[in-house]
Amino acid sequence: MGIVEKPLTQEEVDSWRVPVPGGAALLAPLDRLAQWARKNSLWSLTFGLSCCAIEMMATAAPRYDLDRFGMFFRATPRQADVMIVAGWVSVKMAPFIKQLYDQMPEPKYVIAMGGCASAGGPYRDSITIVKGVDRFIPVDVYVYGCPPRPENLINGILKLQEKIKRERALTRRGQPLPAREPIVIEG
Amino acid sequence: MSMQRLHPRSASQAREILIGVVIAALILAALSATPLLPWHLLDPIRAYFYERPLLNNLAKAVLLVSFMAVQCLFLIWMERKFAGWLQARLGPMHVGWKGVLQTFADAIKLLLKEDIIPALADKPMFRLAPYLVFVPAMLTLMVLPFSPNLVGFDYHLGALFALSISTTGALGILAAGWGANNKYSVLGGMRAVAQLLSYEIPMILIVLCVVTLKNTMSLTQIVERQAGLWNIVAHPLLMIPGALIFFSCALAEVYRAPFDLPEAESELVSGFHTEYSGMRFAIFYIAEFANNVFTAGFAAILFFGGWHGPVLPPIAWFTLKTLLLIFLMMWVRWTLPRLRIDQMMSFCWKLLVPASLILFCLTALSVVW
Repeated sequence: MGIVEKPLTQEEVDSWRVPVPGGAALLAPLDRLAQWARKNSLWSLTFGLSCCAIEMMATAAPRYDLDRFGMFFRATPRQADVMIVAGWVSVKMAPFIKQLYDQMPEPKYVIAMGGCASAGGPYRDSITIVKGVDRFIPVDVYVYGCPPRPENLINGILKLQEKIKRERALTRRGQPLPAREPIVIEG
Repeated sequence: MSMQRLHPRSASQAREILIGVVIAALILAALSATPLLPWHLLDPIRAYFYERPLLNNLAKAVLLVSFMAVQCLFLIWMERKFAGWLQARLGPMHVGWKGVLQTFADAIKLLLKEDIIPALADKPMFRLAPYLVFVPAMLTLMVLPFSPNLVGFDYHLGALFALSISTTGALGILAAGWGANNKYSVLGGMRAVAQLLSYEIPMILIVLCVVTLKNTMSLTQIVERQAGLWNIVAHPLLMIPGALIFFSCALAEVYRAPFDLPEAESELVSGFHTEYSGMRFAIFYIAEFANNVFTAGFAAILFFGGWHGPVLPPIAWFTLKTLLLIFLMMWVRWTLPRLRIDQMMSFCWKLLVPASLILFCLTALSVVW
């Protein structure tokens, strides 16, 4: 009936928000609890592309044991929190990776494992290989190596945990999220 | 020398085992001291609740559900540690002491995850399905006697009630599979129903054996009539094969490996809960573990004398037996590979059903003579 909903500007949203005295002090512990839970329960997607996947499996296997950090592999993207892109991404594979990423529920994180997933690696000049998975999905941690040793992947996971710990989910409601700063792990 | 290399037992491992034994002994000692506590101080509260049946029932329900939720968190942690030890890993280590807070972190995270409902899903069915699985799982616990006084509802047809209610959980699983509009989910749901309906038959026949022997359907009465001797000791020729058949059926009923075909990862992604994220998935998980606890408790009542045992109070004995049976289930799960669906069906219809029928005939004959 002629009612057009205009998108709200940030100023309008801010003008309606009434600061509650002590609100931040109330929300901050909850926020810390939420981030603690998220950082300690990173279920990753069962998803390997090439040789890096072998090292990823070795990281989950008895000697390195990812379950120590509360990480294990879920087969369905609906129950996964972190996607470890392990290996080179061909142009044909890219749409499926994008689809899997879109199927994951928020908050979701991506680790680009190895040179190929980070920047194309030795196949950078090939026409069939995507030059880094960050061309189509946001990456949180880049892990260096070809393929990275399990220790280095664990290092990347610990860095991702630190990053999640610094994030604030509840107290920033209504404000645009800060741009994600990627972390680069060197071997 | 070679034996030493095969079994590396360092001093720290020995110390950990010692700490575990000491903790277990302390818990058992504390439990056996519970009858000495001044329980009569609680009598006014008990009387207050006893006069108000509605409030009393509500309190019982809240207690049961919260007890189940806490026990689920503990059992999931136990399962992950146990799986780790079986595979020469450590299991959760970094969240709390030896990872005890791991499942709390998982639960909080699942609560805060985005709740996705697929665009083409059958939305009412998709939303309803977790509760259709959760409610029967909790209802079966209602008739389970934890101790002579601790029963949600002492029903005189307890065994029948428990069996019929636990079967309706399959309806929720089928609804989940159908509602998600995903081919893996539908296949998982169909498998779940087929599996449950086939394995229900030998299970019911074995329960009928116990009912025939004890001449009652009330679970409390079944336990009370085992006061001197447990069923498995009193009738070893009938009850040992009976317990084995019941246990394999129970594994299939709660969808645990080697019968976890409805959620077989290598074939069906995650089976009927493929499309579920966040808290809805967690509800499925809690229901699964509640079913585990129920079947283990049911087996303890039917064959191992329920709450009967020396020294310790009844509730401790019942919990101990249930936990041991759950431990056995985990052991089987992490040892055996998954069966194929046709192997599983033929195992049920060609072996378990005839065997349980013969066992039932033998039981009837032994009662008549």
